[in-house]
Amino acid sequence: MNSTNRRLNFRLTTSKVFEYVIALFAFIITIPLFAIIFYVLKTGLSKLSWHFITNIPKPVGELGGGIANALLGSLLIVLVAAIIAVPIGILCGVYLSENKNSKLAYWSRLAVDVMQGTPSIVIGIVIYFWIVKPSGSFSALSGSIALAIMMLPIVIRSTEETLKLLPETLKEAGYALGLPYHKVIFRVIIPNGVSGILSGVMLAIARVAGETAPLLFTAFGNPYVNANILRPMQSLPLLIFNYATSPYDEWHDLAWGASLILLIWVLLLNITTKLITRRWKVQS
Amino acid sequence: MAVGNCINNRLYKVVSKLFSIHKIRTEAAFKRFLVVIALAMMVIAIAIFITLVIHSIPSFKTLGAGFFWGRTWDPVSDVYGALPFLLGTLLTSFIALIISVPFSYAIAIYLGEYKTKGWLSGLLKNIVELVAAVPSVIYGFWALVVLVPIVRSIETKVGAPPYGVGILSASLILAIMIIPYAASLGRELIRLVPSALKEGAYSLGATRLEVLRHVILPKTRSGLFAGLLLSLGRALGETMAVTMVIGNTSALPNSIFSPANTMASVIANEFTEADRTVYLSALIELGLVLFVVTVVINIIGKLIIKQFSNE
Repeated sequence: MNSTNRRLNFRLTTSKVFEYVIALFAFIITIPLFAIIFYVLKTGLSKLSWHFITNIPKPVGELGGGIANALLGSLLIVLVAAIIAVPIGILCGVYLSENKNSKLAYWSRLAVDVMQGTPSIVIGIVIYFWIVKPSGSFSALSGSIALAIMMLPIVIRSTEETLKLLPETLKEAGYALGLPYHKVIFRVIIPNGVSGILSGVMLAIARVAGETAPLLFTAFGNPYVNANILRPMQSLPLLIFNYATSPYDEWHDLAWGASLILLIWVLLLNITTKLITRRWKVQS
Repeated sequence: MAVGNCINNRLYKVVSKLFSIHKIRTEAAFKRFLVVIALAMMVIAIAIFITLVIHSIPSFKTLGAGFFWGRTWDPVSDVYGALPFLLGTLLTSFIALIISVPFSYAIAIYLGEYKTKGWLSGLLKNIVELVAAVPSVIYGFWALVVLVPIVRSIETKVGAPPYGVGILSASLILAIMIIPYAASLGRELIRLVPSALKEGAYSLGATRLEVLRHVILPKTRSGLFAGLLLSLGRALGETMAVTMVIGNTSALPNSIFSPANTMASVIANEFTEADRTVYLSALIELGLVLFVVTVVINIIGKLIIKQFSNE
């Protein structure tokens, strides 16, 4: 009797101990995240000022200077990427959710998986040969196209997943009123799935806003302010990469300030997306 | 009056017919347009592959299969051997994977089984998502300034040459970056285990740990493996953070402390400097290998998940 009890106690204790070990290991991930956020805040916060976001970097040895060129560049490159990727992505998502079992949908889905699995640096190489080389110069537009290819899978997937959840009766009601197919899509289906689609779009933007690798051989970088998308353009991640790997302390400071701005941008997008999906959840 | 009515009627008919034809035409055009867009995705994916193959041809021709076994990479004297980079990529990715597994599975089990609701698990879930959201260039910068000195002091203690930058630093930062992928997939799959199965085991007197070991893990094994594949695919293709802390040396690495280069990092560093056809082509062939390997790994992972969720 006593030995059975002891055996039972042993089993219960190991179970409990294991639960604590799992909890411990699970929460260790918070340490690097907070360490990074804390470090970026500590080093970047002192740099932030109006001067910092309205001036371009100064040459080595001079104090001050800002990241206006990179900030403007990042906004423009990501905006153009979104203009390219969002309509195509949503329409492709519509096709996939409307034609779930067609052969084309199967292969198209596979193609989207291939795009999603492609390393970002490889997309940079490919766009170099598609756009940069034929046009003869690095350009922000080629960078935007590279980022658009990275955004597509995210937008397509989230659109498809959202629209799948909408009840068939919604569409039937539209048809019963005599609406043509495209109006059913644009007036009934897409507005009803807008929160899911929007959150996919914002996640995609957050994802590509921090991408550096596809821009190395496309947007290339530019030490001056430039708003022409057919010319090389600086972006926040490119600036961080170039200045962080340089040996100069002034440039490291600039890179930390830029890191803080980029981090705030990306985290805010992620948090807003969460709030949107929580507020307007699609009812299945 | 009657004549007027008749004309009105006929006019009405013609107009409405025109309109409905117009309607049907736009409808058909819209449907065709959707097909074209779905086709365009296939075209892009195939075109990526073809572009890489075409531009790798000079390298195939001059270097052949020896490219993969060559131990020296010296563009100045026109010698291109990719072995150091293949080894660098494999070492960093697999070390990162091994380091990340206990943590990602712990998160998956904790969120999927122990605490599926409540603010604490909500917090952890959000933290894991934020880890995936931080840009890789910021990971790289942080690793360069904070992690590399720590690794350097470890190297001094164990008597290795104190570079700081190298395979170990790259693997550590990669490990942090890939945890969310296996963790969030594992969590969802563990949640899918039918509660009837678990209750059956509990009613036989099993403890929580025993249910986990003998019911949940066997049931989710293939799915957890798929999560590992997705993490691995991410690690293989990761460029910036690795480039910043791996030391960028084209020599064959001889220990986990030595500086090295991965396929992705050598492309990032040398692509715009490559001034000869063979040099550029060799870099693109590396890109082709990277593309094929990560895509195959990703697709196998997704197939496993699909099979798993169909069961």
